[in-house]
Amino acid sequence: MTIPPPPPIPDDRPPAAGVAAPAVEATDVREPARLELEPGVWHRISPKYVWVQVISSGSILLIVVAVMLVLTLVLHQWWAWIPGGILTLILVWTLAITPRQARSIGYRLREDDLVFRRGILWQRFVAVPYGRMQLIDITHGPLDRGFGIAQLKFVTAAATSGVTIPGLEQATAEALRDHLVVVAESRRTGL
Amino acid sequence: MIKDVTEDVTDDPNPSRATLTRSPLSDGEWHRLHPLTPVLRGGLVLVVVLGIVIANLRERLIYLFVPGLRPDIPEWDDEEWVTGDPVDWVIANNLYWLAVVFVLGLLVLLIAWYYLSWRFHTFRITGDQVEVRSGVLFRTQRRAPLDRVQGVNLTRPMIARLLGAAKLQVVGAGIDGNVKLEYLSTADAEAVRADILRLASGRTLDGTSAPSPSGRPRSAAIAETVTRGVTGLIEGDDSQHAEPESVVQIPAGRLVASHVLSGTTFFLIAAIVVTIVLLTRGVPWVLFGFVPMILGVGAYWFNSIVKSLRYSIAPTPDGVRITFGLFTTITEILPPGRIHAVEVSQPLLWRPAGWWRVRINRLSGRSVADTASATDPFTTVLPVGTHADVERVLGLILPALSPDERALIADAGARGTGPAGGFMTTPRRAWFIRPFRWRRNGFLLTPDALLMRRGAIWRSLTVLPLARLQSIGITQGPVDRAVRVANIHGHVVMGPVTAILGAIDRDAALALFGDLARGTVAAVAADRAHRWAAPDAEASGWENEADAPGLTDDADAPDGADAPIERGGDA
Repeated sequence: MTIPPPPPIPDDRPPAAGVAAPAVEATDVREPARLELEPGVWHRISPKYVWVQVISSGSILLIVVAVMLVLTLVLHQWWAWIPGGILTLILVWTLAITPRQARSIGYRLREDDLVFRRGILWQRFVAVPYGRMQLIDITHGPLDRGFGIAQLKFVTAAATSGVTIPGLEQATAEALRDHLVVVAESRRTGL
Repeated sequence: MIKDVTEDVTDDPNPSRATLTRSPLSDGEWHRLHPLTPVLRGGLVLVVVLGIVIANLRERLIYLFVPGLRPDIPEWDDEEWVTGDPVDWVIANNLYWLAVVFVLGLLVLLIAWYYLSWRFHTFRITGDQVEVRSGVLFRTQRRAPLDRVQGVNLTRPMIARLLGAAKLQVVGAGIDGNVKLEYLSTADAEAVRADILRLASGRTLDGTSAPSPSGRPRSAAIAETVTRGVTGLIEGDDSQHAEPESVVQIPAGRLVASHVLSGTTFFLIAAIVVTIVLLTRGVPWVLFGFVPMILGVGAYWFNSIVKSLRYSIAPTPDGVRITFGLFTTITEILPPGRIHAVEVSQPLLWRPAGWWRVRINRLSGRSVADTASATDPFTTVLPVGTHADVERVLGLILPALSPDERALIADAGARGTGPAGGFMTTPRRAWFIRPFRWRRNGFLLTPDALLMRRGAIWRSLTVLPLARLQSIGITQGPVDRAVRVANIHGHVVMGPVTAILGAIDRDAALALFGDLARGTVAAVAADRAHRWAAPDAEASGWENEADAPGLTDDADAPDGADAPIERGGDA
C-alpha cells in the first residue's frame, strides 16, 4: 500500500514563517502547581473563535436582558430580576473569560500522539495515540462558516476521550484531518 | 439470489469439502440455518396465539367435553348474532367450511412465510469474514471482518435446548455490530464458533477437519438433534465436545449468600418492613406503590442468582470460555486482547467473607438501546470468588501479565494500602479530597498495565491493559491546584468499569502522563491481538501496515509522513 505524502500542516511550518505561534500560555512561575507538559510547540486556535463565541454568548445575553427588562418594567413582574440577574452575571462572566479560555486551547502533534489541552481554572490535557483514531469529524455552524472556522473532533473507541478542537481555520482543519488520517493509517492498531 | 445457495447445512453432499481444513460449514459457501429455525423463532408467536384462543374458548371447550357443566342458559338465537362471539356467529350461520378454510389458509400462509424466510436466510464464512443474508422482501446482507471479532457467544434458551439448537452471535466492535445466526444445531454452532475463532486468530487451518455430519436426510437430522437435546438436558451436559474444566468453582451456597449480602437485599427488606408497618397503620394505598416495586426488585434479585448458577470459566485454545445460566445457557468465548479494562472489587459486606467480584469492559457490539452494562452478561467474569479465584481469573483474562504482576494485583492492589508494592498514593496534604481512602487511593504503572487502586470502604482495583487504552487525560481543578494534585483519567470503551483516579501528586501525575503516552505506544506496537495466534510471517502477511505500528513506518510510509510531526513534537 502506498501512502501519499501528507500535506504539510500550515501551523507546522517553522516559527520563522510567522504562522505557528509559540507556547499557548508560558509556564506561569507564580503558579507552580499548574499542569504543564515539557516545553514544545503548542498550536493555537484561530482568534476568530473568540469572536464567534462572543457573538453567540452576546446575543443570548441581549435576549436575556431584553426579556428581563420587558418582564420587570412593562409587565411589573419584579421576581424576574432574580433569575435574570443570575443569568446575566453568568453570561457576562463567560464573555469576560472567553479570550483567555480560547488562548488556553491548544494541541500538539507529538511523534506518536496528539495532545490536546484546554481550560484555565479546570485544566484538561488529553493524549491520544494517532493509531487510536476511528474517524475525524469536521463541523461548522452558520456562524463558524461566516468566520471561516471549523471544529475538529478526533473520535476514538472510547466515548470519554473527548478531543474536540474548536475554532480551527477551515483550511487548517482540513489539512490537519488529512494529516491525521494518513498518520493514523501508518500506525493503525487494533481496537 | 437463490441460485447462490449451493448447499445446505444438513445435507451437504460434497465430501471433498470435508477433507478441507475446516469444518464443512465454513468452506466459504452459502449455508442455511437449522431447519427447525422457523419453529423456534415463530414458536413463541404460535404459543401466544394459541394461548389467546384457548383462553377465549375455555368455557366452550369445557362444555364441549363435559356437557354436564353447561349452564342452563337459553339456546342462542339462530338468526342473529346476539352474543357477539365469533364462534357463536359461525355456528349460527352454518359457516363451518368457511371457518375451517380460513383458519387453514392462515396457517398455510404463516408456514409458507416462515419457510421462505428460512430459505432466504443464509450465511457463509470465508477466510476473513462472516456474511449473513436474510429477508424475503427486504433483503439485508451483513458482513463482519473476522479480525474485529470481539467474541462469539452461544445462547441456548430452554425450548431451543430441548430441540438441540442454539443461537450463535458473533460480537463485533461497532454499535449494533453483531452478526446473529439463529438457530443452528448445537454441534454445528460449536463447529462454526470454533471455525470463526480459529480463522480470526490467523492460525492456518490444516488437518483440523471435523468429520462431516452430513449425508443424512433432513428429517433424520432433526430427529437426531432433538434426541441429543433431550439427552443433554437430562444428563446436564450441553455439549458433546469435551468441555474444558472450569478453573473456578462457585458453590451455590456462596453465590446465594453473596447476593443476600448485597445492597439489594437491604433495600428489599426495608421496603417490605415499610410496607407492613404502613399497612398495619391503615394506609392501604402503599400496596399500589410498594408491592410492584418489591416484586420487581425481587424478580431481578432472583434472576441474577439463577443466571450466575452453573458459572464456569475455562481456558480454551481460542480464548477464555465463560458460561452462565441455569435455564437459558449462555456461553461466550472471549479471544485474547478483547478486554479493555478489568475491575476487581469488594463490597463492604463481602469483606468478612473475603469475596471479590471481577468485571470487565469490552466492546459488546450491542445497539445503543441496550448498551447498559446490566444487559451484557459478560461484563461480570467472576460473580463472586475468593482471593485465589481472582488470581486465577486474572491469569486467564490478562494472559500478558506475569505471575508476579498477578500476585501484586491480587495482594497489594486489591487489599493493600500505602506505598506497599510500589503504589503512588495520595499525598498527605490532599487527604481532605479523599478523606477515607487517601492512604489507599493510588496507582502503579507496570510495563503493560496501569493499576488504579481506589476505595477504602468499597474496595476496588482497576487494571487497564496499555495495549487497549484509547487515550489518557489529566485534569486539575482549583482545589486540586491549591494542594498540588491532579486527576488521572484512562479513556476506555464503555462498560461498568470506570478509570478515574483523583488526588494524585501533580508531579507524579505529569510523569505518569508522559510514561503512559510512551507505554501505550510501545504496548500497541507489540500488540497483535487482532490476529492473536498468527505466526509472525503470517501476521504481517495479513495486514501489512497494521501489525507493527510505529516500528515499520520507515518501510511503509515515505519519510515525509513523519517529518512534520517530529518537528512539532520536540521543537
